Amino acid sequence: MATWDPLDVESLQRQVNQAFERYGPQFPATFRTAFLPGRAAREYPLINIYDDENTVYLEALAPGADPASFNISVVGDTLTLSGEKRRAAGDVKPEAFHREERAAGKFVRSIELPVEIDESKVKAEYKNGLLLITAPKSEKAKPRQISVQVA
Amino acid sequence: MAEKTMAAASGKQMATSRENTRAQERYIQPPVDIYETPEGLVLLADMPGVAPNDLTIRLEDNILTIQGKAKHAIDSEPIYREFELVNFFRQFELSDQVDQEKIAARLNNGVLMLELPRAEKAKPRQIPVKVEVVKEAA
Repeated sequence: MATWDPLDVESLQRQVNQAFERYGPQFPATFRTAFLPGRAAREYPLINIYDDENTVYLEALAPGADPASFNISVVGDTLTLSGEKRRAAGDVKPEAFHREERAAGKFVRSIELPVEIDESKVKAEYKNGLLLITAPKSEKAKPRQISVQVA
Repeated sequence: MAEKTMAAASGKQMATSRENTRAQERYIQPPVDIYETPEGLVLLADMPGVAPNDLTIRLEDNILTIQGKAKHAIDSEPIYREFELVNFFRQFELSDQVDQEKIAARLNNGVLMLELPRAEKAKPRQIPVKVEVVKEAA
Protein backbone atom coordinates (compact mmCIF):
# COMPACT_ATOMS: atom_id res chain seq x y z
CA MET A 1 0.00 0.00 0.00
CA ALA A 2 1.58 3.26 -1.05
CA THR A 3 0.12 6.68 -0.66
CA TRP A 4 1.76 9.73 -2.09
CA ASP A 5 3.16 12.06 0.50
CA PRO A 6 4.59 15.34 -0.80
CA LEU A 7 6.90 15.52 2.18
CA ASP A 8 8.30 12.04 1.72
CA VAL A 9 11.88 13.16 1.09
CA GLU A 10 13.29 9.70 1.31
CA SER A 11 11.23 8.38 -1.52
CA LEU A 12 11.93 11.45 -3.62
CA GLN A 13 15.63 10.98 -3.08
CA ARG A 14 15.35 7.36 -4.11
CA GLN A 15 13.56 8.29 -7.29
CA VAL A 16 16.15 10.91 -8.18
CA ASN A 17 18.94 8.44 -7.54
CA GLN A 18 17.24 5.86 -9.69
CA ALA A 19 16.84 8.35 -12.50
CA PHE A 20 20.54 9.19 -12.34
CA GLU A 21 21.53 5.56 -12.24
CA ARG A 22 19.55 4.89 -15.34
CA TYR A 23 20.30 7.93 -17.44
CA GLY A 24 23.00 9.92 -15.73
CA PRO A 25 26.72 9.84 -16.33
CA GLN A 26 28.19 6.49 -15.52
CA PHE A 27 31.32 6.22 -13.45
CA PRO A 28 34.23 5.22 -15.63
CA ALA A 29 34.89 1.51 -15.45
CA THR A 30 38.22 2.22 -13.77
CA PHE A 31 36.43 3.42 -10.67
CA ARG A 32 34.07 0.53 -10.68
CA THR A 33 36.92 -1.97 -10.54
CA ALA A 34 39.53 -0.06 -8.57
CA PHE A 35 40.61 -0.94 -5.09
CA LEU A 36 41.72 2.25 -3.41
CA PRO A 37 41.64 1.86 0.36
CA GLY A 38 42.91 4.96 2.06
CA ARG A 39 42.64 7.10 -1.04
CA ALA A 40 39.08 7.32 -2.32
CA ALA A 41 36.25 8.42 -0.08
CA ARG A 42 34.12 5.35 -0.20
CA GLU A 43 33.95 2.01 1.46
CA TYR A 44 36.31 -0.71 0.42
CA PRO A 45 36.39 -3.44 -0.58
CA LEU A 46 33.66 -3.38 -3.20
CA ILE A 47 31.44 -6.43 -3.01
CA ASN A 48 29.08 -8.52 -5.06
CA ILE A 49 26.58 -10.87 -3.45
CA TYR A 50 25.39 -14.05 -5.14
CA ASP A 51 23.11 -16.72 -3.83
CA ASP A 52 21.70 -20.09 -4.64
CA GLU A 53 19.25 -22.27 -2.82
CA ASN A 54 21.42 -23.07 0.17
CA THR A 55 24.27 -20.64 0.17
CA VAL A 56 25.13 -16.94 0.04
CA TYR A 57 28.37 -15.98 -1.67
CA LEU A 58 30.07 -12.69 -1.05
CA GLU A 59 32.79 -11.68 -3.47
CA ALA A 60 35.11 -8.85 -2.45
CA LEU A 61 37.50 -7.04 -4.76
CA ALA A 62 40.81 -6.80 -2.94
CA PRO A 63 43.87 -7.24 -5.17
CA GLY A 64 47.19 -7.20 -3.40
CA ALA A 65 45.84 -7.47 0.12
CA ASP A 66 47.97 -9.24 2.66
CA PRO A 67 46.24 -12.65 3.08
CA ALA A 68 47.29 -12.85 6.73
CA SER A 69 45.67 -9.51 7.50
CA PHE A 70 42.13 -10.60 6.62
CA ASN A 71 39.76 -10.64 9.54
CA ILE A 72 36.22 -11.83 8.99
CA SER A 73 33.63 -11.94 11.73
CA VAL A 74 29.93 -12.67 11.68
CA VAL A 75 27.36 -11.45 14.17
CA GLY A 76 23.80 -12.39 13.29
CA ASP A 77 23.39 -11.48 9.65
CA THR A 78 26.12 -8.83 9.70
CA LEU A 79 29.48 -9.74 8.33
CA THR A 80 32.49 -7.56 9.09
CA LEU A 81 35.49 -7.76 6.85
CA SER A 82 38.78 -6.03 7.48
CA GLY A 83 42.30 -6.24 6.19
CA GLU A 84 45.22 -4.34 4.87
CA LYS A 85 46.82 -3.70 1.56
CA ARG A 86 50.42 -2.87 2.20
CA ARG A 87 52.55 -0.63 0.10
CA ALA A 88 54.26 -3.02 -2.27
CA ALA A 89 57.69 -1.71 -1.58
CA GLY A 90 57.93 0.05 1.71
CA ASP A 91 61.60 0.85 1.32
CA VAL A 92 61.31 2.60 -2.03
CA LYS A 93 61.95 6.29 -1.80
CA PRO A 94 59.13 8.54 -2.99
CA GLU A 95 61.36 10.07 -5.65
CA ALA A 96 62.01 6.64 -7.16
CA PHE A 97 58.40 6.39 -8.34
CA HIS A 98 57.60 7.19 -11.93
CA ARG A 99 53.96 6.38 -11.47
CA GLU A 100 51.92 5.72 -8.39
CA GLU A 101 48.33 4.98 -9.25
CA ARG A 102 47.69 2.12 -6.85
CA ALA A 103 46.62 2.83 -3.32
CA ALA A 104 47.42 1.14 -0.05
CA GLY A 105 45.92 1.17 3.37
CA LYS A 106 43.66 -0.56 5.84
CA PHE A 107 40.06 -1.25 5.11
CA VAL A 108 37.04 -2.36 7.10
CA ARG A 109 33.49 -2.87 6.05
CA SER A 110 30.34 -4.24 7.63
CA ILE A 111 27.83 -5.87 5.36
CA GLU A 112 24.30 -6.80 6.24
CA LEU A 113 23.49 -10.00 4.41
CA PRO A 114 20.04 -10.41 2.95
CA VAL A 115 19.36 -13.70 4.74
CA GLU A 116 20.21 -15.38 7.99
CA ILE A 117 23.31 -17.52 7.74
CA ASP A 118 24.84 -20.36 9.65
CA GLU A 119 27.64 -18.50 11.40
CA SER A 120 29.64 -21.60 12.25
CA LYS A 121 30.02 -22.72 8.64
CA VAL A 122 31.29 -19.55 6.97
CA LYS A 123 34.35 -20.12 4.79
CA ALA A 124 36.63 -17.73 2.95
CA GLU A 125 39.04 -18.19 0.09
CA TYR A 126 41.41 -15.66 -1.46
CA LYS A 127 42.26 -16.21 -5.10
CA ASN A 128 43.51 -13.93 -7.87
CA GLY A 129 42.85 -10.88 -5.75
CA LEU A 130 39.24 -11.79 -5.07
CA LEU A 131 38.05 -12.82 -1.65
CA LEU A 132 35.16 -15.25 -1.78
CA ILE A 133 33.18 -15.78 1.39
CA THR A 134 30.84 -18.75 1.34
CA ALA A 135 28.09 -18.66 3.94
CA PRO A 136 25.49 -21.44 4.12
CA LYS A 137 22.00 -20.14 4.79
CA SER A 138 20.51 -21.03 8.12
CA GLU A 139 17.80 -23.67 8.13
CA LYS A 140 15.17 -21.01 8.72
CA ALA A 141 16.15 -19.07 5.62
CA LYS A 142 16.09 -21.99 3.20
CA PRO A 143 13.15 -22.19 0.87
CA ARG A 144 10.56 -24.78 1.75
CA GLN A 145 8.14 -26.42 -0.57
CA ILE A 146 4.57 -26.15 0.56
CA SER A 147 2.28 -28.68 -0.95
CA VAL A 148 -1.24 -27.68 -1.74
CA GLN A 149 -3.88 -30.12 -0.73
CA VAL A 150 -6.86 -30.39 -2.93
CA ALA A 151 -10.00 -30.65 -0.88
CA MET B 1 59.83 3.49 -20.06
CA ALA B 2 57.09 4.92 -17.93
CA GLU B 3 57.16 8.20 -19.71
CA LYS B 4 54.79 7.26 -22.44
CA THR B 5 51.66 5.20 -22.39
CA MET B 6 50.53 4.18 -25.81
CA ALA B 7 46.89 4.69 -26.51
CA ALA B 8 45.46 1.26 -27.14
CA ALA B 9 44.11 2.13 -30.54
CA SER B 10 46.73 4.59 -31.75
CA GLY B 11 47.09 4.44 -35.51
CA LYS B 12 50.86 4.39 -35.45
CA GLN B 13 51.26 1.00 -33.87
CA MET B 14 49.02 -1.08 -36.03
CA ALA B 15 51.06 -4.15 -35.27
CA THR B 16 50.18 -4.09 -31.62
CA SER B 17 46.88 -2.28 -31.37
CA ARG B 18 43.74 -4.20 -30.70
CA GLU B 19 41.20 -4.90 -33.30
CA ASN B 20 38.43 -2.47 -32.60
CA THR B 21 35.74 -3.65 -34.93
CA ARG B 22 35.60 -7.24 -33.83
CA ALA B 23 36.46 -7.21 -30.16
CA GLN B 24 33.23 -7.36 -28.22
CA GLU B 25 34.91 -7.20 -24.86
CA ARG B 26 35.47 -4.04 -22.95
CA TYR B 27 38.87 -3.16 -21.62
CA ILE B 28 40.16 -0.91 -18.90
CA GLN B 29 43.64 0.17 -17.96
CA PRO B 30 44.84 -1.39 -14.74
CA PRO B 31 46.30 1.09 -12.25
CA VAL B 32 50.07 0.73 -12.08
CA ASP B 33 52.99 1.70 -9.91
CA ILE B 34 56.36 2.05 -11.57
CA TYR B 35 59.44 2.62 -9.53
CA GLU B 36 63.15 2.50 -9.95
CA THR B 37 65.54 0.24 -8.13
CA PRO B 38 69.31 0.00 -8.54
CA GLU B 39 68.76 -2.99 -10.86
CA GLY B 40 66.14 -1.41 -13.06
CA LEU B 41 62.44 -0.72 -13.08
CA VAL B 42 59.63 -2.52 -11.32
CA LEU B 43 56.05 -2.33 -12.55
CA LEU B 44 53.11 -3.35 -10.37
CA ALA B 45 49.61 -3.59 -11.78
CA ASP B 46 46.38 -4.39 -9.95
CA MET B 47 44.59 -7.00 -12.02
CA PRO B 48 41.95 -8.65 -9.84
CA GLY B 49 40.21 -11.71 -11.20
CA VAL B 50 42.93 -12.57 -13.69
CA ALA B 51 44.22 -16.11 -13.46
CA PRO B 52 47.86 -16.70 -14.47
CA ASN B 53 46.70 -18.56 -17.59
CA ASP B 54 44.54 -15.65 -18.71
CA LEU B 55 47.35 -13.12 -18.58
CA THR B 56 49.32 -12.27 -21.71
CA ILE B 57 52.42 -10.13 -21.71
CA ARG B 58 53.85 -9.36 -25.11
CA LEU B 59 56.84 -7.40 -26.23
CA GLU B 60 56.98 -6.22 -29.78
CA ASP B 61 58.82 -3.26 -31.31
CA ASN B 62 59.64 -1.91 -27.86
CA ILE B 63 55.95 -1.90 -26.95
CA LEU B 64 55.12 -3.86 -23.85
CA THR B 65 51.51 -5.04 -23.87
CA ILE B 66 49.76 -6.33 -20.78
CA GLN B 67 46.45 -8.00 -21.38
CA GLY B 68 44.36 -9.97 -18.93
CA LYS B 69 40.99 -11.65 -18.91
CA ALA B 70 39.23 -11.14 -15.61
CA LYS B 71 36.70 -13.60 -14.28
CA HIS B 72 34.40 -13.45 -11.29
CA ALA B 73 34.75 -16.07 -8.59
CA ILE B 74 31.12 -17.09 -9.10
CA ASP B 75 29.69 -17.55 -12.54
CA SER B 76 26.13 -16.32 -12.13
CA GLU B 77 24.13 -13.12 -11.92
CA PRO B 78 24.64 -11.39 -8.55
CA ILE B 79 21.71 -10.33 -6.41
CA TYR B 80 23.65 -7.24 -5.37
CA ARG B 81 26.38 -5.72 -7.50
CA GLU B 82 28.99 -3.10 -6.77
CA PHE B 83 31.72 -4.03 -9.19
CA GLU B 84 32.13 -5.58 -12.55
CA LEU B 85 35.26 -7.25 -13.79
CA VAL B 86 36.28 -6.24 -17.24
CA ASN B 87 39.36 -7.18 -19.16
CA PHE B 88 42.59 -5.31 -18.71
CA PHE B 89 44.74 -3.82 -21.40
CA ARG B 90 47.63 -1.41 -21.19
CA GLN B 91 50.68 -0.67 -23.25
CA PHE B 92 53.99 0.93 -22.43
CA GLU B 93 56.84 1.96 -24.59
CA LEU B 94 60.18 0.67 -23.40
CA SER B 95 63.39 2.49 -23.93
CA ASP B 96 66.50 0.61 -25.02
CA GLN B 97 67.79 1.00 -21.50
CA VAL B 98 65.75 -2.02 -20.51
CA ASP B 99 67.26 -5.44 -20.99
CA GLN B 100 64.35 -6.96 -22.87
CA GLU B 101 65.69 -10.51 -22.62
CA LYS B 102 65.57 -10.51 -18.84
CA ILE B 103 62.09 -9.19 -18.10
CA ALA B 104 60.46 -11.30 -15.42
CA ALA B 105 56.76 -11.45 -14.52
CA ARG B 106 54.95 -12.72 -11.45
CA LEU B 107 51.27 -12.72 -10.63
CA ASN B 108 50.43 -12.79 -6.97
CA ASN B 109 47.03 -12.21 -5.34
CA GLY B 110 45.79 -10.26 -8.32
CA VAL B 111 48.87 -8.08 -8.62
CA LEU B 112 51.22 -8.37 -11.56
CA MET B 113 54.86 -7.65 -10.84
CA LEU B 114 57.12 -7.04 -13.80
CA GLU B 115 60.82 -6.65 -13.29
CA LEU B 116 62.55 -4.76 -16.03
CA PRO B 117 66.28 -4.92 -15.47
CA ARG B 118 68.52 -2.22 -16.80
CA ALA B 119 70.63 -3.07 -19.80
CA GLU B 120 74.32 -3.39 -19.03
CA LYS B 121 75.23 -0.30 -20.96
CA ALA B 122 72.63 1.75 -19.10
CA LYS B 123 73.81 0.77 -15.64
CA PRO B 124 75.40 3.54 -13.73
CA ARG B 125 79.11 3.13 -13.42
CA GLN B 126 81.24 4.64 -10.80
CA ILE B 127 84.21 6.33 -12.28
CA PRO B 128 86.95 6.70 -9.75
CA VAL B 129 88.50 10.06 -9.65
CA LYS B 130 92.17 10.09 -9.07
CA VAL B 131 93.39 12.95 -7.07
CA GLU B 132 96.89 13.96 -7.82
CA VAL B 133 98.48 16.06 -5.31
CA VAL B 134 100.07 18.89 -7.11
CA LYS B 135 102.73 20.53 -5.24
CA GLU B 136 102.36 24.18 -5.39
CA ALA B 137 105.38 26.13 -6.06
CA ALA B 138 106.37 27.98 -3.07
